[in-house]
Amino acid sequence: MKHQQSITEMLTSLQRREYSCVELAEYFLNRIEESEELNAFITNDSENALTTAGKMDEAYAAGNAPPLAGIPVAHKDIFCTQGLKTTAGSHMLDNFIAPYTATMVEKLQIAGTVVLGKTNMDEFAMGSSNENSYYGPVKNPWSKTAVPGGSSGGSAAAVAAGLCAAATGTDTGGSIRQPAAMCGITGIKPTYGRISRWGMIAYASSLDQAGPLSRSAEDAALLLEVMAGFDPKDSTSLDEPVPNYSAILCNSIAGLRIGLCREYFRAGLDSNIELAIQEAIRVVESAGAKVTEISLPNTRHAIPAYYVIAPAEASANLSRYDGVRYGYRCENPADITDLYKRSRSEGLGKEVKQRIMVGSFVLSEGYYDAYYRKAQKIRRLIKNDFMEAFKQVDLILGPTTPSPAFEIGEKSADQISMYLQDIYTISSNLAGVPAGSIPVGFSDGLPVGLQIIGNYLDEARILNLAHRYQMETDWHQRTPGGDIL
Amino acid sequence: MSRSDWEIVIGLEIHVQLLTNSKIFSGASTHFGAEANTQACAIDLALPGVLPVLNKDVYRVAVALGLAIGAKINLRSVFDRKNYFYPDLPKGYQITQLTYPIVESGQVEILLPDGNAKVIGITRAHLEEDAGKSLHEDFHNRTGIDLNRAGIPLLEIVSEPDMRSADEAVAYAKYIHQLVTYLAVSDGNMSEGSLRFDSNVSIRRTSDTELGTRTETKNLNSFRFLERAINHEVDRQIGVLESGDKVKQETRLYDPVKDETRPMRSKETSNDYRYFPEPDLLPVEIEESYIEEIRQRMPELPREKASRFVADYALAQADADLLAASSQLGDYFEATVKISGDARLAANWVRVELLARLKTDNIDVTDVPVPASELGYVIARIKDGSISGKIAKTVFEALWQGEAGNAQSYIKQNGLVQVSDVVELESLIDAVITSNPKQVEQFKAGKTKLMGFFVGQIMMQTKGKANPQRVNKLLKSRLG
Repeated sequence: MKHQQSITEMLTSLQRREYSCVELAEYFLNRIEESEELNAFITNDSENALTTAGKMDEAYAAGNAPPLAGIPVAHKDIFCTQGLKTTAGSHMLDNFIAPYTATMVEKLQIAGTVVLGKTNMDEFAMGSSNENSYYGPVKNPWSKTAVPGGSSGGSAAAVAAGLCAAATGTDTGGSIRQPAAMCGITGIKPTYGRISRWGMIAYASSLDQAGPLSRSAEDAALLLEVMAGFDPKDSTSLDEPVPNYSAILCNSIAGLRIGLCREYFRAGLDSNIELAIQEAIRVVESAGAKVTEISLPNTRHAIPAYYVIAPAEASANLSRYDGVRYGYRCENPADITDLYKRSRSEGLGKEVKQRIMVGSFVLSEGYYDAYYRKAQKIRRLIKNDFMEAFKQVDLILGPTTPSPAFEIGEKSADQISMYLQDIYTISSNLAGVPAGSIPVGFSDGLPVGLQIIGNYLDEARILNLAHRYQMETDWHQRTPGGDIL
Repeated sequence: MSRSDWEIVIGLEIHVQLLTNSKIFSGASTHFGAEANTQACAIDLALPGVLPVLNKDVYRVAVALGLAIGAKINLRSVFDRKNYFYPDLPKGYQITQLTYPIVESGQVEILLPDGNAKVIGITRAHLEEDAGKSLHEDFHNRTGIDLNRAGIPLLEIVSEPDMRSADEAVAYAKYIHQLVTYLAVSDGNMSEGSLRFDSNVSIRRTSDTELGTRTETKNLNSFRFLERAINHEVDRQIGVLESGDKVKQETRLYDPVKDETRPMRSKETSNDYRYFPEPDLLPVEIEESYIEEIRQRMPELPREKASRFVADYALAQADADLLAASSQLGDYFEATVKISGDARLAANWVRVELLARLKTDNIDVTDVPVPASELGYVIARIKDGSISGKIAKTVFEALWQGEAGNAQSYIKQNGLVQVSDVVELESLIDAVITSNPKQVEQFKAGKTKLMGFFVGQIMMQTKGKANPQRVNKLLKSRLG
């Protein structure tokens, strides 16, 4: 079935005219319509999707189709798309039509992708379950009462349910990898600065990074090749050449040095997840990789450091949402103070407001040194831990999440428990190193993800290991409907 | 107690709008006077997802100014976010430099009105973006926001509290104004907001070593307002302290209509800006070679130029200072000297005639209708005796009004060349002497005032074209 094809297979089918781009787009648009209960999408852009698909059909006919011509994708609603609503999952931006397009989206458009719509997300990327959206929670395609993870929950659910060929997401503390793990798909957060942040609504500037969510490492490689690259409009963008990730996928992993971080295998890790991870490691070892134990001693400080730095940056990044120039404005403001207070109180959700308050607090006079400055120092220690580890190993493997997808509503009252979902993922954001998650099994019917962390700009090696693993196993081909290709 | 029992301590913060084509963090135009909100792009509007990119020109300009004030240029500087809410600040924070500014500790030497020189320390100068404008008057209980100004590059120059009077503060402000216009760092147009002053004023008893509580008066945009605001603040503070009260540390605004300062509404002042380093911009790292390159291309500064005028053209210091007051005026003067070959005459003409005319017509030397080459030509003709000084003035006026294409043809067409020929003049003199025997006798008898009469006669005969010096000389030798 078309939704089970890899991107490469779809491209072949399109080139051979087995079906047209328009047919392919229509196919997925129908599936989206039929899966509305998942609430994975905020906006469907069927009109433009079909127009683009038509153009790509012409391109195939003319023989000048770009590399991903006709591939249907969905974008997390955090990326500005010109002429289309871009909400960041928030009431505050429910009326915002972006007047420009994010660089990353533009690159995918130039490559010929067909944009089906914008996916649901935790408001302003703040959340680990997609329960913080103004547009309602997203359901996990594997269990309709479970969360898909967050904040890129909509994108992960869409890929897992076969509503698009691939989707984009953002990852600030784990928001690509954790939903990828919970939805049984492949997600990559590249090195900080690898993909341009121009047009990506900011949550925490020094941590945010875009990335692909797809059904395989092979698909991820194709997408990353297009998405990555220097952008002069983003001063934090890396001016480094983008490797041909696809060409490196099949490299042998014999001799690859794998590190298992002892701090990741402590109490609190779901036992089924631990088993699945250990099995995955055995597969990798049998392909010739060498496994050693390493330590990332400052792991336990990562979450507190993150929950100081991210809210601090967010508190400033979200100040622009004030009802003055665009976005939600309260009715009949009495004066500017009233306009600010009510527009922001009414337009922003609870979690967002909480993080703004925390962020303002840790930056405030008398507390800056004790909190923000201290957290940045811890950040350097965490980075140093990785640098030390990567002297001994090439990649670090471990679980992506401590537990599989939990029930909707289960953790919403327990914020700390929610925050602890990111315990394995958050360190890589603080250090800026790349990391991905691939499906490696199940825990009581819910997907389990294996996290692969690499050194700076070593996305190729992460994808290589992921692909070699996916050549030996079929977890990534399982679908919620129970089909296997 | 009188004013003399108190010592006044003043520090100035000067905000200079930098002359670059585009804004500090976006490509929008910085051109003054455009229709509201036509020069504010997505970045300036703080739309979701936008990012700042540093305009490298701005850096070059800041380094040039740093060099001109003998300051330390930091090879590494960092931008910070200064957080507060105001509708003309779209992001809800201003990007500025707090801990690691581009320029640190420098100093300038200013000339006080009494002729003495004084060194004023400069603590630092840092880059930041300007906010938009809030217009309160025209919108019926609402405020209009114009974001054209949002993002214009500013250099904030912070002085040490080294000034001890409003006069000193004004002298310092004027020097900085001259310096930034000299370096073409700013257009110096204060009515357009290119330069704004914040004055920090405190007073203490002359016997005290500790500084008193200071107040800040913001957004003064003329030297006159600066002087008045300072003096008003000093008097007010003296009044407060003498009545036994304490001066409250606060921010104030100057009202030019009432000529007084008043406190800003407390809502306008933010106590805690929650500064943190700007994560969207990298620290700026420059090399010594970059600084050196800028140093090589620095123009001559006002003091240097004036000294050179004294040395090269034998001008009096005061005249040299005046001619070097702006680099354009200095250049005009020198071009005139080059063409005319007479520095003294050129200095007089530029200093007196030209400056007067510029003032009455209210134009700047950059818009002067008489090119230096033309004025130089006219002066050269005075020097070689072709025309008199008086005729030269009419030629100059004609050039100014645009009635003359160029001096040479104008002089020729109107037959303005002086009669200097001795033979011709002597025959005219003979004629005048012969026809006015009575006056000749009276002159010889001692009525020397009659020289003017004889000169006048010659002038009449020649329709004003006789060379007056020569006529005088010849008459003297004839009449004795």
